Amino acid sequence: MAQANSSRRLLPGFRLTIGYSILYLSLIVLIPLAALAAKSTELSPGQWWDTVTAPRIVASYKLSLMTSFFAAAANVFIGLLLAWVLVRYRFPGRRLIDGLIDLPFALPTAVAGIALTTIYAPNGWIGKLMEPLGIKIAYTPLGITLALVFIGLPFVVRTVQPVLEDLETDMEEAAVMLGAYRRRIFLKVILPELIPAMLTGFALAFARGIGEYGSVVFISGNMPMRTEIAPLLIITKLEQYEYGQAAAIAVVLLLISFLLLLLINMLQRRAGRRLHAA
Amino acid sequence: MAESAVTAVTADPRSSAARKPRHLTESGPVRVLLIGLALLLIAVILLLPLITVISQAFAKGWSTYMESLKDPDALAALRLTLLTAVIAVPLNTLFGLAAAWAITKFKFRGKQFLITLIDLPFAVSPVISGLIYVLLFGAQGLLGPWLQEHNISIIFAAPGIVLATMFVTFPFVARELLPLMEEQGVQDEEAAVTLGARGFRVFFRVTLPNVKWGLLYGMILCNARAMGEFGAVSVVSGHIRGETNTLPLHIEILYNEYHFTAAFAVASLLMLLAVVTLIVKSVAERRIHRNMRGS
Repeated sequence: MAQANSSRRLLPGFRLTIGYSILYLSLIVLIPLAALAAKSTELSPGQWWDTVTAPRIVASYKLSLMTSFFAAAANVFIGLLLAWVLVRYRFPGRRLIDGLIDLPFALPTAVAGIALTTIYAPNGWIGKLMEPLGIKIAYTPLGITLALVFIGLPFVVRTVQPVLEDLETDMEEAAVMLGAYRRRIFLKVILPELIPAMLTGFALAFARGIGEYGSVVFISGNMPMRTEIAPLLIITKLEQYEYGQAAAIAVVLLLISFLLLLLINMLQRRAGRRLHAA
Repeated sequence: MAESAVTAVTADPRSSAARKPRHLTESGPVRVLLIGLALLLIAVILLLPLITVISQAFAKGWSTYMESLKDPDALAALRLTLLTAVIAVPLNTLFGLAAAWAITKFKFRGKQFLITLIDLPFAVSPVISGLIYVLLFGAQGLLGPWLQEHNISIIFAAPGIVLATMFVTFPFVARELLPLMEEQGVQDEEAAVTLGARGFRVFFRVTLPNVKWGLLYGMILCNARAMGEFGAVSVVSGHIRGETNTLPLHIEILYNEYHFTAAFAVASLLMLLAVVTLIVKSVAERRIHRNMRGS
């Protein structure tokens, strides 16, 4: 820290870079976000409340929260498995798969959206298999959840992976010495170390899912009250020139995201403390 | 002590975690089962969509595929997508470099708060990222009347698309540079200054070579998102064919009009972009790892 202090005198460019950063941040991020706050105050508190509690809008929040929750929960298990296999085992193609994990981050959401819809539609590769069983995937909440599983897949893998890599084996060694079985060691020794990372990954995937639009809008079918997600309703309100109502829905959605972000920060701080204490 | 902790983290932990003694790993059948299950999940969740894009794009043969790409509306969408990336990526890169320099080389109050603000766009839904610009510049937006008076159109025009894209890709470069430049400290730069080098020379000769792979990594991620962004751009574009459609929006229109083959043909271009991005990303990642171990 003392170094950083002395460098303030030594290194040039602080005023230029901090000034430019704050100016650019204000123009691109802060002022437009302030416009959202300003617009949502155009409604009276009563109108605001009526907007965000209208049945169609409440249904969309519920749908977005529910599908994101289940998708993130599924990703905790899938992510743990993938991280475990990638870190602990060696097999051909491991590096390729490790690189492929980030595909959902790199693939444009519209491309993912139309591809997933084609796969899970009643005449698609997987939809066709499920149809005789009476399971409809595309244009149902299940389809939305599967799209969100795709989008959220990298989060848990990428939060658990580094923790698993750094995990020392002495605790495992000790447990073996004491006669514990592998399954018991996993549940009692390894898993507790991974839980903060798993929760962080869960929260990240959950937050991403709530706001997700591109990959979901094709597979959801967009039926009001049933498969209409909250971000889509914002667009609908905008197309009706109901700017105030669109802003009100957005504010609620943003508040949920920020709460999750706060939770993530708390989790990470706690995980950091654990690491230092150990 | 801090130094040893850093090397422990960066000294390729992958190799130390692998090949454990027998009593510290699962039995053979369990391992095979877990690997098999992982591969199955990867195939269904990640590979199947890729295969779908390719097979649908070429469902009606090579000539139909090429025709879909040569369509004037598709070419116009491609041009707008490239234009957007050419503006958004350099501007966000410049910001990332400036912010990383200020944050990692100096000590000041509110640093943590500034980092939180830089991350903010990641927490905002793409649709809301577009919405805020409509609320600011749209016909009924805060600055709408003034813009109309002066005949400036931002929403339902290219500037709105570029702005919304800049918003969603805002943190990418800064995010990658911050931890790298933080770790590298200030000694090298201080030494250069002591030896008489000036600001930009220090930056180009000392700082930049140290972070070039991280910078490339951030820029490639920024570019992928800039070219592929859908939600935010969809809100501000107005979907005017040949004018305000980017490639992802063009895909949406084709798909909704049941031109599936054409939609997937255009989608295959963006998929190619994604694959190239992943390849460059893993190369850059490996370089960053190696550089950190080397230093």
